[in-house]
Amino acid sequence: MPGEAELRLRERLSRLKDLRLLGGAKVSGEIARLERDLERLKATPGGDEIWAKVQLARHEDRPYTLDYVERLLEDWIELHGDRGRADDEALVAGLGRFGGRTVALIGHQKGRDIKERQRRNFGMAYPEGYRKAMRVMQLAERHRFPVFTLVDTPGAWPGVAAEQHGQGGTLARSHAVMARLTVPIVSCIIGEGGSGGASAVALADQVLMQENAIYTVISPEGCAAILWRDAGQARKAAAAFKPDATHCLELGVIDSIVPEPDGGAQTDYDEAARLLGESLSEALVELEGVPGHDLRRSRREKFRLMGVYA
Amino acid sequence: MTEPRVDVSIERKDLGEPAAPGKRHPNTCPSCGSHYRDDELQANLRVCLQCGHHFPVPARERVAQLADADSFDEEGLDVRSSDPLDFFDLRPYAERLAEAEIETGLGEAIVIGRATLDGIPCVLSVMDFSFMGGSMGSAVGEKFVRACESAAVQGAPLISVTASGGARMQEGILSLMQLPKTVCAVEDLHDAGGTMLSVMSHPTTAGVLASFASLGDVLVAEPGALLSFTGPRVVQQTTREKLPDDFGLAESNYRFGHLDAIVSRHELRSLLARLLRLFSHAR
Repeated sequence: MPGEAELRLRERLSRLKDLRLLGGAKVSGEIARLERDLERLKATPGGDEIWAKVQLARHEDRPYTLDYVERLLEDWIELHGDRGRADDEALVAGLGRFGGRTVALIGHQKGRDIKERQRRNFGMAYPEGYRKAMRVMQLAERHRFPVFTLVDTPGAWPGVAAEQHGQGGTLARSHAVMARLTVPIVSCIIGEGGSGGASAVALADQVLMQENAIYTVISPEGCAAILWRDAGQARKAAAAFKPDATHCLELGVIDSIVPEPDGGAQTDYDEAARLLGESLSEALVELEGVPGHDLRRSRREKFRLMGVYA
Repeated sequence: MTEPRVDVSIERKDLGEPAAPGKRHPNTCPSCGSHYRDDELQANLRVCLQCGHHFPVPARERVAQLADADSFDEEGLDVRSSDPLDFFDLRPYAERLAEAEIETGLGEAIVIGRATLDGIPCVLSVMDFSFMGGSMGSAVGEKFVRACESAAVQGAPLISVTASGGARMQEGILSLMQLPKTVCAVEDLHDAGGTMLSVMSHPTTAGVLASFASLGDVLVAEPGALLSFTGPRVVQQTTREKLPDDFGLAESNYRFGHLDAIVSRHELRSLLARLLRLFSHAR
């Protein structure tokens, strides 16, 4: 497996290096990042390090979507409501300018204090949130705006009303809308990438992941409760299913890792935003010249190859 | 059709200690307690003769229920799960896989292949809940995608029958990636002008409901099937909400507008045949 991941990175690296020869000076940062990712593959984290990352990903001071928005986008205008039932504050969407061009941004939003946490439902969206996301993605498609998504959710909300409003089918359709877009999509997992509520907004041309974020099929607690019949075994579960960025890169699930300030993104919001902005910009530059239908085809082909089987 | 058997539930009550719920005999109706021999249950499409409860159907038996006799040509037999994470919970994943294979006689939780139904060519993709809870890992995702591709190549509609607890935890993030992967395959099939009919049987939950199962051109479910993104136990534990009696069931989903129809298993084949005919006559 690691061999395969390394090959993939080396191939992208050589492609980018050719591009540089053709005068693509902008990709030098991307090259540096790929070289760093290759370096990372040589030291995959063990159980304790993985658990430390789980805790950092959930750190209550970790920057959230709107902290990045205010540092990275100019003229941000939030768009509200799913045009059917409600405005879900756990998932924010809007338009802004990034490096001079208009982009649409969609991201999960957790709260800072008890009141805001409740209002934002701890970043766990109802189907209404995903319908708003789809609506804004389709708006971006009509106007040829690139789409950024920032993923930070323990999972889609598991409540009675959410089920009645069609949580499962809505997540399915959100994936499908992303599989259909012909504008560039760059996603970044910035905290917890929890299950279908995360992947439903991360079917992107380039999926980035911050170095202390986690991307999981189920929360470590949920996994432990089912497989160990004891939610207290979350640490063991995390070590077993390896949700950290390095393993995700190794398994071909993400395209590259976004560095964070020493000690984690919560120590320096400005620096964390600068590093994220750099990565988003590099990813976007790679995608912007590609015709829409090629973009969509290679996006689907990328996901077509995901998984390991005998 | 076999003659209905005498309801033995009264005798069961005399036994004193009720069997633990997990230990119930698979041919005892969880709804009315009637017990059946396997052959009589199978002859009635695994529907309770007393109360109409729909028992789970093994994948190969479902294929036999739907496909014309001897028309099924299985594909993707070579696709098997591997253990990319060296996953170990209370037991190694590899051991669980081997055990599931021995118990079910299947290589994976999904069976795919070409068939005809009422003489109409189609591709079948049928899941089996008895293979690790019908969970979707890399091999299940790959086989579903191959079914979509086969349907596109042949210009034949895809009939998907799902029964799944969701993504397979033992493959970690790779199983989550089967959501976008299978969705992309359905979108490719739609782009090729293909048809997908989705039949959701008990249970179709979590990752499978949140991906390809919900994306058919027509969505039908079997009566009483649990179709929820999150299961009732987890909803209750997480939210402490009082759950309605029909929480997440096909009937509730139908009422809220998430399904085209609820179809009893005795009617399923003829409905699919009618749909196949409608979708094959664009002009």
